[in-house]
Amino acid sequence: MKFKRSLIAAAVATLAGTAHAQISDGVIKIGVMNDQSGIYADLAGPGSVVAARMAVEDFDAANKGMKVEILVADHQNKPDVGSTIARQWYDVDKVDLIMDVPTSSVVLAVNQITREKNKALIVSTGATADLTGKACSPNSIHWTYDTWALANGTGNAVVKNGGDTWFFLTADYAFGHSLEQQTEAVVLKNGGKVLGKVRHPFPGSDFSSFLLQAQASKAKIIGLANAGSDTTNAIKQGAEFGIVRGGQQFAGLLVFLTDVRALGLDKAQGLLLTEAFYWDRTPQTRAWSQRFGKLHKGAMPTMAQAGVYSATMHYLKAVEALKSDDGPRVIEQMKNMPSDDQVFGKGRVRQDGRHVHDMYLFEVKKPAESKGEWDYYKVRATIPAEQAFRPEKDGGCPLVK
Amino acid sequence: MTEIFGVPTQALFGQLLIGLINGSFYALLSLGLAVIFGLLNIINFTHGAQYMMGAFAAWFLLNKLGLGYWWALLIAPVMVGITGVIIERLMLARLYKLDHLYGLLLTFGLALIIQGLFRHEFGSSGQPYAIPKLLEGGTNLGFMVLPNYRAWVVVFSLAVCLATWFVIEKTRLGSTLRAATENPELVRAFGINVPRMITLTYGFGVGLAALAGVMAAPIYNVSPQMGSNLIIVVFAVVVIGGMGSIMGSIVTGFALGLIEGLTKVFYPEASNTVIFIIMAIVLMIRPAGLFGTAK
Amino acid sequence: MKHQRIAFALMVAFFALAPALIYPLFLMKVMCFALFACAFNLLIGYGGLLSFGHAMFFGFAGYIAAHAAKVWGFNPEFAILAAVASATLLGVGAGLIAIRRQGIYFAMITLALAQMVYFFCVQAPFTGGEDGIQAVPRGMLFGLIDLRQVFNMYVLVFAIFLGGFLLIFRVIHSPFGQVLKAIRENEPRAVSLGYDTDRYKLLAFVLSAALAGLAGGTKALVFQHASLTEVHWSMSGEVVLMTLVGGLGTVFGPVVGALVIVAMANYLAQLGAWVTVVQGIIFVICVLTFRRGGVGELAHWIKKPL
Repeated sequence: MKFKRSLIAAAVATLAGTAHAQISDGVIKIGVMNDQSGIYADLAGPGSVVAARMAVEDFDAANKGMKVEILVADHQNKPDVGSTIARQWYDVDKVDLIMDVPTSSVVLAVNQITREKNKALIVSTGATADLTGKACSPNSIHWTYDTWALANGTGNAVVKNGGDTWFFLTADYAFGHSLEQQTEAVVLKNGGKVLGKVRHPFPGSDFSSFLLQAQASKAKIIGLANAGSDTTNAIKQGAEFGIVRGGQQFAGLLVFLTDVRALGLDKAQGLLLTEAFYWDRTPQTRAWSQRFGKLHKGAMPTMAQAGVYSATMHYLKAVEALKSDDGPRVIEQMKNMPSDDQVFGKGRVRQDGRHVHDMYLFEVKKPAESKGEWDYYKVRATIPAEQAFRPEKDGGCPLVK
Repeated sequence: MTEIFGVPTQALFGQLLIGLINGSFYALLSLGLAVIFGLLNIINFTHGAQYMMGAFAAWFLLNKLGLGYWWALLIAPVMVGITGVIIERLMLARLYKLDHLYGLLLTFGLALIIQGLFRHEFGSSGQPYAIPKLLEGGTNLGFMVLPNYRAWVVVFSLAVCLATWFVIEKTRLGSTLRAATENPELVRAFGINVPRMITLTYGFGVGLAALAGVMAAPIYNVSPQMGSNLIIVVFAVVVIGGMGSIMGSIVTGFALGLIEGLTKVFYPEASNTVIFIIMAIVLMIRPAGLFGTAK
Repeated sequence: MKHQRIAFALMVAFFALAPALIYPLFLMKVMCFALFACAFNLLIGYGGLLSFGHAMFFGFAGYIAAHAAKVWGFNPEFAILAAVASATLLGVGAGLIAIRRQGIYFAMITLALAQMVYFFCVQAPFTGGEDGIQAVPRGMLFGLIDLRQVFNMYVLVFAIFLGGFLLIFRVIHSPFGQVLKAIRENEPRAVSLGYDTDRYKLLAFVLSAALAGLAGGTKALVFQHASLTEVHWSMSGEVVLMTLVGGLGTVFGPVVGALVIVAMANYLAQLGAWVTVVQGIIFVICVLTFRRGGVGELAHWIKKPL
């Protein structure tokens, strides 16, 4: 009798256990929200969606009995559009995870909503380091890079190279301010000086009057605290006004592979930049990138898109291990499991939600050095994972004990 | 270095020159608007989109047909002007009997359509368009390097503006046109095909917008938004200059470019607003604009 | 009047019952825009004044409400009141400048003033520039009712919408409204009858501004967000579109117009740039052939005002 009772008890307990750990609605819904047609469409955009789908396929969700659905939305770089989509996705479409989200003003709004609704957010393209600082949340992870890592990588390298006087040309929104602030701190720490700053409307088109001010300051380095076509246009127009010929140099604080392509090697050569991924760095990244290229019009992936792949993989593995897609619990699980994939190699997620991995300092090749399309970078240095990102205790994140 | 009100003269002259260059675009664009409003009483909100089409036409001519900048200067305005003629014949002509505001609303709607279509096709990033070889490089003026292309912009705009003004105010064709809008019946009695004149005038105004677009292509971002950012400012220019006055728009365009440049030096935060402040003031004191005559 | 009562009952029933089937946040958005369009319609449909800068009242009030709720810690009712007050003051200032002119000049002045407000909002630190004011708390209405509950918020928005709508209805059918219509039809004649037309127009303008501010302030609390989109001139264009589509000068037109345009923007959002194209096409069709708008055509067909 006792045996039978305990057998029944055990059976009931197992059933109850599995009833708790469940996928909501039986489907894991991942919403890729980014700029599908605007200035950030090339570096993330539809490419991020391709990367997410690749991750779902490589993870082999179908054969593991997990249903995964991917939704896509264009937030047009506007915080109000992004918040509306996020709310609707969480409330009506029962999305479990929002992924990617470039444009810091939007990602901060979506971060807030994700926390309120207790879902999950993984940021690949969004840059503001506040996501693992004062805006950190148990519902989100910042995957690919942030303004601190860029400022640290590029800022340090440029100042040590002799670029000790700076003038900032900054995009007037959260990301720009954040990048400017962090790079300024690095410059000052290394004994450099900031001779001036000017803010341009986001997105901008004509930088001539700002460039003149930069020229007048006579700073050795003009730091571009902006991204995408703002960066490329500033560099192009700078060429018109003879900035480089006059002896000044541009430092692109956030430059993607697609920006270098848009500029062309003759204008971009010698540019120093920090990225988390380059398609041609290792045989594994090359193989993966070529698969990506076949699905994305032959274009090579940027670090943002690679980040989406890597993050989605790790997320799905965490859901598999946990047997649940409950937002904060999956995020917690992702922090407890080390990550490893062919794109980013080994990495881990810290308590503050920061995913740490090696960062790389690249220099753009001269046209003569490039052996083919997309062959743009040479590696100048590897910044090890534990040094590349802001120390946990410095961020002001309440989750860090 | 010498300073004026705490600003080094170098920086001042540099910004003034930039202001003059921007003013050329304002003048060229407001010229087209002034022609269309002054002669046809149509408020052409589509002007910004037509400017954008001019830039894209130049891009298209280069990338698909291999025709460079100098060809584009001639062909693009004609291409876009023809679309203007079609718009006028099919749609605007029906609204002449109604309140002017319907013309404004129609052209506003058309602007949305055109911009949306281009955005759908090209995305918002913008297409590259190189500065023509002949105009590459710059001249070192001492206080700044003046890109040769931008100098060309000022010279060419001035030339086009003055030529247009001359044709409209000083030639027989121009006076016929002006008469036709003041008293169509009488002019028609002289055997002149008034509706056709009106259509061609609209096409010409649109062509001017497209010309400005071609000139903008090498230096500003060729993107679907380029017109909408500019159109509101250009409206302000036309209103300040006097909605029917050609000379008013030209003078105001250049002047406002300079004022904007000055503001960027002394009080950059207000540089976007200064044009509208001036417009509000002018409309309160001289409702028909600086050079306009009340209709 | 019977048909108007039927229309009113239908409208109330729709907004009262729809939240069971349709996402309430979407419906609240519709109501805010409907109120905005009704306020705009008061000025153009009944006053004959086309304002191309109404976004300044809508958007600026939104910022005030958001700031009041978030930074000053106001209760929602006071935040909204602050929003209305700010829009009213702005309306008086703008109105005094703009009223002296008619037609296209009036429209251009309102556009210029709206641009000034826009650039002020871009620069002013309290608006947060491109980021906007985020995470605006909805708060406790009267200190008692928790507005984070969707049901409570919905009832509040519904009440505000109906209140504003009925106020506009009352104004239109009052002696003041009659004089306004007379001014729209033939201003010199109204002047010759001894009416101080400028005063009437100013009053209509300020009232329209205040109600647009009410709509904007409410929207800021619904979405818990105030951003530059609401003060941009394209927002002024959108409200013109809504009113045009619904029917200028009809009572229910703006509500229908708002529903159509907001629904379209929502459900076509996946298609990105097509939304702009479709909006443009609707504009063009309305101006060329459909000048009376949806409700206007219906009213014309049944030969009764709606």
